[in-house]
Amino acid sequence: MNRLIFKLEKRLTPSPAMVFIIPLISVLLALLLGAIFLVLTGEKPLTIYALMFEDSLGSKYGLTETMVKAIPLMLTSLGVSLAFKMKLWNIGAEGQLYMGAMAASWLPLTFPYLPVYLMLPGMLILGMIAGGLWALLTAIPRAIWKVNEIITTLMLNYVAILWVDFLVYGPWRDPKGSNFPITAPFAEAARLPGLGNSRIHAGLFFALALAVILAIVFKYSRWGYTINVIGSSERAARYAGMNIKRNILWVMFLSGAISGLAGMAEVSGIIGKLQHGISPGYGYTAIIIAWLSKLNPLAILIVSVLFGALQVGGYAVQVEGVPAAVATMLQGAILFFVLGGEVLTNYRMKLFGQKGEE
Amino acid sequence: MNIQEFLIPLLAASVIAGTPILYAALGELITERAGIINLGVEGIMLVGAVSGFMAAVTTGNPWLGLLAAMLAGGAVALIHAFLTITLRANQVVSGLALTIFGTGLSGYLGKAYIGIPVQKPFSAIPLGPLAEIPFIGPILFQHDALVYISYVLVVVVWYFMYHTRPGLNLRALGENPAAMDALGLNVFYLRYIYVVAGGALGGIGGAYLSLAYAPSWLENMTAGRGWIAVALVIFALWNPWRAMMGAYLFGGIDALGFRLQVLGIQMSPFFLQMLPYLFTVIILVFVVARHKGRLTSPGALGLAYDREER
Repeated sequence: MNRLIFKLEKRLTPSPAMVFIIPLISVLLALLLGAIFLVLTGEKPLTIYALMFEDSLGSKYGLTETMVKAIPLMLTSLGVSLAFKMKLWNIGAEGQLYMGAMAASWLPLTFPYLPVYLMLPGMLILGMIAGGLWALLTAIPRAIWKVNEIITTLMLNYVAILWVDFLVYGPWRDPKGSNFPITAPFAEAARLPGLGNSRIHAGLFFALALAVILAIVFKYSRWGYTINVIGSSERAARYAGMNIKRNILWVMFLSGAISGLAGMAEVSGIIGKLQHGISPGYGYTAIIIAWLSKLNPLAILIVSVLFGALQVGGYAVQVEGVPAAVATMLQGAILFFVLGGEVLTNYRMKLFGQKGEE
Repeated sequence: MNIQEFLIPLLAASVIAGTPILYAALGELITERAGIINLGVEGIMLVGAVSGFMAAVTTGNPWLGLLAAMLAGGAVALIHAFLTITLRANQVVSGLALTIFGTGLSGYLGKAYIGIPVQKPFSAIPLGPLAEIPFIGPILFQHDALVYISYVLVVVVWYFMYHTRPGLNLRALGENPAAMDALGLNVFYLRYIYVVAGGALGGIGGAYLSLAYAPSWLENMTAGRGWIAVALVIFALWNPWRAMMGAYLFGGIDALGFRLQVLGIQMSPFFLQMLPYLFTVIILVFVVARHKGRLTSPGALGLAYDREER
């Protein structure tokens, strides 16, 4: 009896071609899987995909909205990628974003008449510090006792969201807001300037600048090298005399600070106030984007636009009665295929027939 | 107000609120004992909750709902098994992907079922004379069938793990898969079995929410319980009895929230909702710190098994 057997053979160096091809194929396969699924549940996949594409990338309005969604995705993805580089699984970007938004909102709500040159930098610093400290809460037990940061960062997401809810439903609620869970609108000085007249705001430049800085740090700096070594082998890093604990604290703090910045940019650049549900899960999508981009900061910028489009497309299909959750499902499926495909970057697949004795 | 009026309902509610977490935690426990971390529990529970609910609404039979939840939970866990065992993908990321996928899938499937009631949810069946025992009866034996099954399950998992040959193999599978392989056991096959079985239990945990605890379907109705179950397994030091205690403790925190007002304690509902999450973080830090970071986790946990790298 002939049996086909496939065997994985480790490649000495990851295949460079595969690094680019795999994410691309993964997205296509996920869309294909999604299509099969849509057919099975009685929907028309082509119509839905066309609609998703058209509303997100096919018009000036759609492109703008896609960029608007891409900005927080870029920032949170850059944030988590910094931690992932060191194999610190910070999946608390969502909560760090909320805390950053909250702290940034405090300034214009408390001192509405600050001049713009104090207001915006103040909000920026407050947002980053709050996001950083929120992450640091989990970094300290991780550094000292190796308490699993996946669970602690995730649990604090729920806490942060409930805390913001508490504020906007309670003490921070705008008395003139006819009972909606929103704060008073920020003064003009607290609003990030937009690009021309569009909703795309200066947060985009934060993301671009950060991506370049991180790319340089990862590639050329001593610190970037340290993070990389700790991420690849903690033991090797310890032998080399690297201070692992201190790096855990710093990396987590900065990772959280970047997500905090995302929160600041959302409330200051887009919403203009603090409110319930400021993020539809950017912090979770960030995990997928970071992984899909192989933690490469410049790739993150591009992939974020793609996922921004997916998000906008998800909203678009709701009009047709298709749940927006379809976008979330596709995101998960993309990550599955990327993970599976990674095998092809690191291993060579060998198929061969084998004469079985059975 | 006397203590009986407060304490007995609180403890009984703790058992009920702890049951979905207990099922999910037992599932994660056997998965991790086999050497695989599955962080997709939250997604598995959601898929279990929605498929159980859909099946129960369609057939009118909660037991068929339960079966559907087990199958669905096992099926999505199979994705994780394939990626991590056969393709040796990163277990952390695969689990996260499963959670995201499960959240989306359940939200998509369940959209049409929001606001629909179940005709026959699992309802309380007092267990004859056991239910009459003072104090203990109302706390432990006046619940629905799934609660009783979970009691049995804890005993079964414990007995299996510590008193049977396959159970010994399970524990060894997570400690030293190479040794198991050398003994002629199929590491890959066994790991598949436990990951899928763990997923089926996670599915039951989800179905408990949608068919017994709050018989309805709501998007994201697990609200982090899957993650609490993952934390609980660490807290329980991979022991089913401790997992049971832990689950009821977390259930108690959950249940306490609603009852604080009875005691005259005024607290914002947002803070009450925070309690289980804060409690999870605090207890995890406390337990790990007390063991100085050296927990007796399965030795090969999270590592892909590669025969050629023995």
